[in-house]
Amino acid sequence: MIVEVGHFALILAFAVACLQSGAVIWSLWSGNDDPRSLTTPAALAQFFLLLLSFLVLVHAYVVSDFSVENVWANSHSAKPLIYKISGSWGNHEGSMLLWVLILGLFGAAVALFGNNLPARLKSSVLGVQGLIGVAFLAFIMTTSNPFVRLSPAPFEGQGLNPILQDPALAFHPPLLYTGYVGFSMAFSFAIAALIEGHIGAAWARWVRPWTLAAWMFLTIGIAIGSWWAYYELGWGGWWFWDPVENASFMPWLAGTALLHSAVVMEKRDALKVWTILLAIITFALSLMGTFLVRSGVLTSVHSFATDPARGVFILAIIALFTGGAFTLFAWRAPLLRQGARFAPISREGSLVFNNFVLMIVCAAVLIGTLYPLALDALTGDKISVGPPYFNAVFVPLALALLAVMPFGPFLPWKRGSLADTAKRLRVPALLAAAAFVITLVLEPNGSLLAALGMAIGVWLMSGALAETAFRLKAFAAPWAEVRRRASNLPRASYGAMIAHFGLGVVVLGIVATSSWRAERILSMQPGQTIPFAGYELTFGKLASREGPNYRETFGNFELRKNGKLVTLLSPSKRQYVAPPTATTEAAIHASWAGDFYLVIGETGQSKTSSLAVRLYFHPLVRLIWIGAFIMFLGGALSLSDRRLRVGAPRRRAVSPAPPATAGRAS
Amino acid sequence: MRLPVTVKALIAALALIAMASPIAFAVQPDEILDDPVLEAQAREISAELRCLVCQNQSIDDSDAPLAHDLRLLVRERLKAGDDEQAVIDFIVARYGEFVLLRPRFSAKTYLLWLAPLLLLGGGGYLAFRLFARPEGESVAHPAPLSREEEEQLQRIFDESKG
Repeated sequence: MIVEVGHFALILAFAVACLQSGAVIWSLWSGNDDPRSLTTPAALAQFFLLLLSFLVLVHAYVVSDFSVENVWANSHSAKPLIYKISGSWGNHEGSMLLWVLILGLFGAAVALFGNNLPARLKSSVLGVQGLIGVAFLAFIMTTSNPFVRLSPAPFEGQGLNPILQDPALAFHPPLLYTGYVGFSMAFSFAIAALIEGHIGAAWARWVRPWTLAAWMFLTIGIAIGSWWAYYELGWGGWWFWDPVENASFMPWLAGTALLHSAVVMEKRDALKVWTILLAIITFALSLMGTFLVRSGVLTSVHSFATDPARGVFILAIIALFTGGAFTLFAWRAPLLRQGARFAPISREGSLVFNNFVLMIVCAAVLIGTLYPLALDALTGDKISVGPPYFNAVFVPLALALLAVMPFGPFLPWKRGSLADTAKRLRVPALLAAAAFVITLVLEPNGSLLAALGMAIGVWLMSGALAETAFRLKAFAAPWAEVRRRASNLPRASYGAMIAHFGLGVVVLGIVATSSWRAERILSMQPGQTIPFAGYELTFGKLASREGPNYRETFGNFELRKNGKLVTLLSPSKRQYVAPPTATTEAAIHASWAGDFYLVIGETGQSKTSSLAVRLYFHPLVRLIWIGAFIMFLGGALSLSDRRLRVGAPRRRAVSPAPPATAGRAS
Repeated sequence: MRLPVTVKALIAALALIAMASPIAFAVQPDEILDDPVLEAQAREISAELRCLVCQNQSIDDSDAPLAHDLRLLVRERLKAGDDEQAVIDFIVARYGEFVLLRPRFSAKTYLLWLAPLLLLGGGGYLAFRLFARPEGESVAHPAPLSREEEEQLQRIFDESKG
């Protein structure tokens, strides 16, 4: 019965979404603005209905209601509670429901907090959001209904793929989807602006917090996915240029570009047409990400649901939305007035360069990801486009962008001088040069590229700090003035500095672990000790134990440094019960210098008591995720800037003050 | 070379096994060559070859039996004195270009490899157009005020005087 309530709420949400978008379409058709007042309550209703529907699904998972086909196919009564809950979105149907729930959440957020938007813009935005909801709810109801019942109900479920039973992967999809779906806000604002036919600095200001929020969550979502791959896939790789990774990286690149071009639009009223286009592209790429993962056109470790009918449906949604958006763009964009001009060497110029490189990288990733599909479809030839291609394209472009990145924030608007900026960047340049030399001295066998990479990481970090120091006149003005400036500097400025600093940290981690990863593969006898990466590793013996829903064989290892015990490591082989699957669990000892990473090979078949082991040392690898988290924090700080909170409700003087006594009593 | 049906069935079966346990253990201790130079070369080649039955993994990362066989094959060819190119050609002759993670520069892939350059050119042209606006307009010159704006401005001036 409860399940039917969820199912019914889903259908009602669809009806409400139809109403929400229909009201705006009707208003545009008839020229009558009255129906638009429907959009706010509709958006709220849609969210609550979707929330109800989603909670019902989670409930079905928690109580292991195997009469629901989706629960039966993806859950098991012996699964730990957290994975019962996360299992509800660890499958195709549930994850699509989560997708529309987040869409509804963003819609409701605009409905609640968008009181400062012009009424027409707000209702148009909600109308477009509603239209996206209509499409995806229709998709769920016709091809991916999570509430389908089974009769008779089986006694036990089939279980969740064990590699998905992991804390990081429990939270990876919601974060990633918040990012993907968050870009729908930028899209809706862009479409609404095109419908309205005018756009300006204020528009950029309204759209930026949403874009920033989406970007933050996409950043942290990608980082968590990469962290999961690092410790779960068994050898410490953290990025594979896998099509599904690319599918999340492309909207990130476009979203990053959008974030920067919106700054130009907000501050200088320039790049308007381009920013609108970017908003459309970013969401189109998010939709494509959904398509690539859900349709099964790509073979990937991540695509756990494949069905051609679904693929065709999502493809139709993409065609409709992007095709429609681009048509609207081509029709209406010429109406938008071009804004202020600027010289190539200027803040705007640097942001144009940022957009230029990010979008070329994005396009190259897109081509590399889709090329094998297109070639196969057109000629029947099968080729693979793998990491060697992407690295060859990505690395030089990324280096070019990062090398000039610290200049941007120093350049004044309209027109600047490279010489003046270079002078202000003397200290970071010296630090970067020092990093280059130190790297070469410490690692004489390392490549020049690796040393250059380390130098760029330091250059980005110190460049970001130097920019804030320059704004505060630190080291140049009296302390009192520095403090005054520090409190006056907007949070968005600190946020940008922190995010740029975080990117430098990520670069250090990537360069170090790619350049100096150590690896050793060997057989170990019980009691044997081997030196590796400055540690001594001793293999004790193999043992077994029972987990909640698996049985594992693990090795007892002691890790010592200079004879002193550092930690015990127990890498294992797990055999899950449902579905019957074997997994390898790595043992990792993390330190600031790097991660000691230990994996064992097959156990049990060998006649001897020796055990195959693989040891890795991943220097500075944690910096990749720490850096990504710093970027997330930078975004959060920027989001808390009061200037960006134009979407927040103003505290109205008319609202009745709470009774004074109640306040004191508590 | 067309694969016989039984081989295809075998590959399909291996694919199922590979999907059931996507966790890599990859290179085994007994695979490693004694000559460290050849071994390093073998690892480099392996990273460029796709494991055919896996989901987007190189044979260096994959623990699928087919990847194991391919790794041994690479090492055998290296021991027999083949250079890197010869080894790769040998594998491509048997498994097709699909096995290459770095696609060859050929008529099929001109667009793929040249795309970044074309994009750089096209994007560069657009950026150039943005900065090379028609003569006579000074850089960073704001749009002229409309008549209403002029009047509004005048009113503000008047008010502040009065």
